[in-house]
Amino acid sequence: MAAELAPELRLSELLAPAAQPAGRTLARAWSGLWPKLGAVLLVVVIWEAVVWSGWRPESELPGPWLVLQRLAGDLGRVDFYAGIGVTLRRAAFGYAIAAGVGIVVAILIARVKLARRAVGSLLVGLQSMPSIAWFPLAILLLQRSEGAITLVVLMGAAPAIAAGLLSGIDQVQPALIRVGRSMGAEGMRLYRHIILPAALPAFVGGLKQGWAFAWRSLMSAELLVVAANQTSIGQQLQSARNSSDARQLLALMIVIFVIGVLIDSLFGALDRSIRLRWGLLGGEA
Amino acid sequence: MRNSLEQGARMSNLLALSDKHALSVERLTVAFPYGDQLLLALEGATFEIKRGEFVCVVGASGSGKSTLLNVLAGLDRPSSGRAHVHGRVALIFQDSALLPWLTAAGNVELALELRGAKASVRQRLALELLNRVHLAGFEKRRPHELSGGMKQRVALARALAQDADVLLMDEPFAALDAISRDLLHEELERIWRESRLTILFVTHNAREAVRLGDRVLVFTSRPGRVAHEVQVDLPRPRSLDSPELAVIAGRITDRLKREMANGR
Repeated sequence: MAAELAPELRLSELLAPAAQPAGRTLARAWSGLWPKLGAVLLVVVIWEAVVWSGWRPESELPGPWLVLQRLAGDLGRVDFYAGIGVTLRRAAFGYAIAAGVGIVVAILIARVKLARRAVGSLLVGLQSMPSIAWFPLAILLLQRSEGAITLVVLMGAAPAIAAGLLSGIDQVQPALIRVGRSMGAEGMRLYRHIILPAALPAFVGGLKQGWAFAWRSLMSAELLVVAANQTSIGQQLQSARNSSDARQLLALMIVIFVIGVLIDSLFGALDRSIRLRWGLLGGEA
Repeated sequence: MRNSLEQGARMSNLLALSDKHALSVERLTVAFPYGDQLLLALEGATFEIKRGEFVCVVGASGSGKSTLLNVLAGLDRPSSGRAHVHGRVALIFQDSALLPWLTAAGNVELALELRGAKASVRQRLALELLNRVHLAGFEKRRPHELSGGMKQRVALARALAQDADVLLMDEPFAALDAISRDLLHEELERIWRESRLTILFVTHNAREAVRLGDRVLVFTSRPGRVAHEVQVDLPRPRSLDSPELAVIAGRITDRLKREMANGR
């Protein structure tokens, strides 16, 4: 007994993350950060070089410094945040519906054989279809409204979310299902206690991909719709183009990029914490 | 009239069975579709296990041992014949099949929850069960933080949490190192003695079968059925290294080799 347990204890002490000194944590954070900072710096240098080359006048292609100045100015304006607020609200609304629809569709396909035969392959087609292709139809049906934007976001994100969850459900280890059933879990209880938790990592992957699609779709839609007197990011982008305000245009592009990266990294952190809990991070747990 | 009489006779037969027998298998045949033909996993397997008995099944791979357990656990259906278990069944696999997102205690608690235990008592019961398999202090660990032997202890605690009458074990210690296996043999024997569970233990290791079983059933290769039965009368606790045990295990191994030669 002791022979089996004792080495186990010592090993876990060695592996305990809390035992790391603060200095090493900092060093690790830095080692993750500097390549990214380097890449940003490289982009800025290339950008600056193109501006200096005189390829385009500065009114059409301003340098990074001017753009950052404009961005700093924007960040002090209330209506700028209002615009971001409108866009994020649309994103959250469309994405939430997409997640709900994706979950229901995935479970239906997983449970009903006929549903799998009917829509299983459609899902792949929908996933590769650019969701902006739905936009003309959405406008026809719903006019240039919030509803049309939501529909485009939904069609962009839902197939990816459904596909992620479905592949998670399909790939649950048969042994786990066997043990669940032998413990008396059948039907929805089997789903709740065994299959859905087991599908979680793949589901989070689908959510992450769904977010990327949702964000892209939303930007496309906002460029095309000027709805209900709301100043969204997309609409600000469009009006910056109309007034040939290149600085504003580039500042907004940076905002769109940063929001996309931030939310994506939230999903990344979620995915990492799940893998850590499950012991799926080789050597790092 | 005659029909109902027959039914009555069958009922009383069943009741008589239930007094002494925890498990009975009668001319059990299980076939699976394999390509465009049927593959026979079991053909006409017949045996009975008494209440509180510890029976080991040995057979070469492909002798339908896992299929037998699946049918007994209600996870597969017999093609013909009958497999009857009196009471509740719990399964233990070679791969502990613990849920990786739950802690050791969480895995045991889930079994209690599915059995219908109240939320207020689950935690205490789970700790008691982990204590019983000598895992006190490890309840918050997740499966990947446990050694192979410890995982099987959790699986054992989980099976006990199901409050089963019959424990079906499918090569549970095959992937463990010799010392962990030795310790788990003692553990399992102790729990069996304390609880008077009925255990059906499948293994491909003749020594392990003789170490643990009151009886050893030797299965034929594909399709599987009982070829030979050995009553083990050695006093408990037995040692894997004792010469008496080795003699019996040697005879079983010889028998297995012959079966494998026939099967090919």
